[in-house]
Amino acid sequence: MNAVDVRELSLWYGTFQALDRVSMSVKLGEIVALIGPSGCGKSTLLRCMNRMNDMPGVRITGGLDVGGYNALSPQTDVLQLRRDVGMVFQRPNPLPMSVRENVLFGLKLHAPATSAADREVALESALREVALWDQVKDALDRPGEHLSLEGRQKLCIARLLPLKPRVLLMDEPCSALDPEGIAAVEELMARLRGRYTLVVVTHNMQQARRVSDTSMFLYMGEMVEIAPTADLFTSPRDERTSRYVEGRFG
Amino acid sequence: MMRDRRSALARGLERAIEALVYVCGFSAILFNLAIFAFIASEGLGFLVTHFVDMWTSIDWSPTVEPHPVFGIGALVVGTVWVVGLSLAVSVPIGILAAIYLAEFASPSVREVAKVVIELLAAIPSVVWGFIGVMLVNPLLQWMGAPVGLNGLNGALLLGLMTLPLLVSLGEDALRNVPDSYRQAALAMGATRWEMVRYVLVPAARRGLLVAVLLGVGRCVGETMAVLMATGHSVRIPIHPYDPIRTLTATIAAELGEAVRGGEHYQALFALGLLLFGITFAVNLIADVTLRGEKVGGA
Repeated sequence: MNAVDVRELSLWYGTFQALDRVSMSVKLGEIVALIGPSGCGKSTLLRCMNRMNDMPGVRITGGLDVGGYNALSPQTDVLQLRRDVGMVFQRPNPLPMSVRENVLFGLKLHAPATSAADREVALESALREVALWDQVKDALDRPGEHLSLEGRQKLCIARLLPLKPRVLLMDEPCSALDPEGIAAVEELMARLRGRYTLVVVTHNMQQARRVSDTSMFLYMGEMVEIAPTADLFTSPRDERTSRYVEGRFG
Repeated sequence: MMRDRRSALARGLERAIEALVYVCGFSAILFNLAIFAFIASEGLGFLVTHFVDMWTSIDWSPTVEPHPVFGIGALVVGTVWVVGLSLAVSVPIGILAAIYLAEFASPSVREVAKVVIELLAAIPSVVWGFIGVMLVNPLLQWMGAPVGLNGLNGALLLGLMTLPLLVSLGEDALRNVPDSYRQAALAMGATRWEMVRYVLVPAARRGLLVAVLLGVGRCVGETMAVLMATGHSVRIPIHPYDPIRTLTATIAAELGEAVRGGEHYQALFALGLLLFGITFAVNLIADVTLRGEKVGGA
């Protein structure tokens, strides 16, 4: 079974069509990069995957299954979908609470009966998984917002892990970070490879090359090409892809 | 050059306007100091010489001859009592209304509701007093109060009077919370209400506290409505239905009768000075709280 299945997905903001019959799929445990110039629809596609586009004036057609949920059906329990399909934003946005509370926030929402001992285990393993434990283990009760930018972004990833998400969506997770932070978060993505399914929107083609197994090039709301990352960058089939990956526009 | 094309007259006028604006800006500080100096000059002496007597008695009998008593215990308790009761009414309603307007109401509902709520603030205090006497009074009697003009009556009026302040400042505080927090909580599968409760209210707590503090300041200083509605009886209340008297009502009711420059007159100014001190302190705390947010906020 695929972690994500997108079938002929179209989306309109009012009269503006942001996605035009996009189809793609993501295998379990795979890292997929969505690349393309600003405004091409890659963030819009990502936000559909955990229903962050639920707002007036948005119209969607087609099919979209994410983590075993029909992400378009009005009958889908959006809260459960979001529990199992986590999202990391462009600007690190830890909640205004301590590091501990940030990591345990998901359990508080979705598994409030979790025992204190289990919570501590979840806390430590999530922070270890994002390589933040050694740095914060003595400051778990300090505000999450006091960490460095890189630390904050790692915390935002860590807070998704106690819920054992099926898919992690990342919307330009490194674009607010400095080169060291980027390296650290990319390393973290590599560590998550195989155990989590990642869909990563990125502006940074080098990053897509470094971290992803598969890349998809979107242009003006249309899926131009999807291929194993190495192939897409070395031998793109579409003229537009090759012009974009060569940096001739975008 | 541009400057040379302007006449000397225009430049003179410019400078005069600048000076005027400058004076107006400083006048606020000047007036404050002048008012403080005026009240202090009449009341500070009394406050210092009678300090112990005032604070250790609950008997306020300023016109009993030959030994008037100026105990403010009951007046201070009456003030705190009515303010406390009113906050018990207005804070929950005000904060919940602010949450509704900031997070749940549609823009059109929000606009209408804000206008209506701010209209409440435009009702003169004496009109609230009428409402207390003519509506709340019989209502409370119907509910079993021996006297309808009592602490609860005044508290209900004060609660309604401070509601607009709480709602509009509270709503501002909530709307100032960055959207990134909302997105973070919703994207993790929080309901709207969980997001409000776990994220927005804690994030806006300083602003909400400031709203409450300014509400306190407003209540402490409010005079006419409490004078008319609280029963004007000097005593330590033990039940919301007990009539009480506040510091402000005492001044308003008695200043006209007090002999100018006499002991009673000075005592009333001492009360005024005390009120000035309380509201100044509350506003200062609110200001410091707000500053703390600007410095400490992310």
